[in-house]
Amino acid sequence: MIELDRAGRSFKVRRETVHAVRDLSFRIEAGEFVGYLGPNGAGKSTTIKMLCGILTPTSGTVRVAGLDPSRRRTALARRTGVVFGQRTTLWWDLPLRDSFELIRLLYKVDRRAHRERLDALTETLDLGPFLRTPVRQLSLGQRMRGDLAAALLHAPDLLVLDEPTIGLDVVSKAGIRDFLRRLNAERGTTVLLTTHDLGDIERLCRRVMLIDHGRLAFDGTLEDLMATAPAGETIEDVVTRLYTAGVPPERAPR
Amino acid sequence: MVSSYLVLVWAWTRAAMAYRASFALMVLLGSVITATDVAVILVIFANTTSLAGFSRDEALFLYGVAGVAFSLCDMFVSNLDRISQHIKAGTFDAMLIRPVSPWIQMATDRFMPSRIGRVLQAAVVLGYALAVLDLDPGRLWMLPVMIVSGIVIFASLWTLAAAAQFVLTDAPEVTNAFTYGSGQLTQYPFSAYGRDLVRGVTYVLPLAFVNWQPGLYVLDRADPFGTPGFMRFLGPAAAVVLALLAALAWRQGLRHYRSTGS
Repeated sequence: MIELDRAGRSFKVRRETVHAVRDLSFRIEAGEFVGYLGPNGAGKSTTIKMLCGILTPTSGTVRVAGLDPSRRRTALARRTGVVFGQRTTLWWDLPLRDSFELIRLLYKVDRRAHRERLDALTETLDLGPFLRTPVRQLSLGQRMRGDLAAALLHAPDLLVLDEPTIGLDVVSKAGIRDFLRRLNAERGTTVLLTTHDLGDIERLCRRVMLIDHGRLAFDGTLEDLMATAPAGETIEDVVTRLYTAGVPPERAPR
Repeated sequence: MVSSYLVLVWAWTRAAMAYRASFALMVLLGSVITATDVAVILVIFANTTSLAGFSRDEALFLYGVAGVAFSLCDMFVSNLDRISQHIKAGTFDAMLIRPVSPWIQMATDRFMPSRIGRVLQAAVVLGYALAVLDLDPGRLWMLPVMIVSGIVIFASLWTLAAAAQFVLTDAPEVTNAFTYGSGQLTQYPFSAYGRDLVRGVTYVLPLAFVNWQPGLYVLDRADPFGTPGFMRFLGPAAAVVLALLAALAWRQGLRHYRSTGS
């Protein structure tokens, strides 16, 4: 489903080249549920943005569903759902229901399929009470559920989530986690999730990838990750050790 | 593509229509503001019978053609200049994850149906000029050609300005000087301007092909600057060249888009 081969993205900042991601290679098969971890500024969002075609890689290749994201962005958009926890992809001034109708028209989903999916999503995500509310008036938890529904209305094969549980209370988090687990198990949707919440990882992800300073520092199952640690360590301890063991970012002069 | 454009226009129109009174007021205000442009022309001709060799009605004809093309672009394309805000706020990312060209999403962003007031005002002026001028009917085929070329030229300017924001990010005012400045410049017969300026807006920024060059043909006038006659017909070619350049710049801009942190 996802294939990166020595992919890299650098930015020129005041005559210096900063490598946000360098020589990153991994594969994710269809149906996997992968947690993508890393400290702030490690390159998580840059990776996600390369997968969606928002950023064009400066080296290496990226393939998602067999397509080059930056060249076939719109074709890929029909097969991927993307949620940014930090900001909504919905139309700020429109009621949630109108945003969904707009998505139906833009993704060219036929009316019946849309109706069925929207009904199912409205029920599982409990959207009913605020379908008529403009997006700007929704609470963070409501907005996140709205964003999730919006990303799934065209039934994508791949769901990419960038910090979907950021800022949510425990009940909202539990609801979203439960929903994602069922989506992956029942529909077989491939899910890639970045988060700083290790609870997300423990409860959802069979596979964990850890990126640091733009490079893959760990790739394996959650059990493998815990096996690298002395008995009695929690996942927090393990991840903290991995985060702090990193080398300083490489800055090559231009 | 067209259907996506219409769908987005419809959505923003519905959002705008939530405030009906404000919509009516905006239409009125838009018409009044642009009407002052015409008032300026009328005031000039209250004191003189010709402006740089052109009669009042000829000047109104040139004004009307450029005005219709410009105000249509202002209504349907100019929202592209909001791109710098979206780049800075990081909301441009959201446009790149949808299966619709970001150009279309930007052009329709916060579409303001109330801008129809300016289109109507320009159309009225053009209609008046056509009614009172004794034009050669054999030359009127040029009218739709020049309006379409004008639309393409102005739309390309806005696209170039938007593409520049990928690099400049913080300079919408600089690019506005080009887009809205071009709209202002084409309101008067070019014979009112200096030779160097007219050269610039003929061979560098092809504004002369919006209404000046083809307008000379419709009005059956020789060019006071003495350009050869075939240049009256170069509007469509200039529009196509500029549109290709704009498309190229837009693509390059997208490839160099840097997004924001997080």
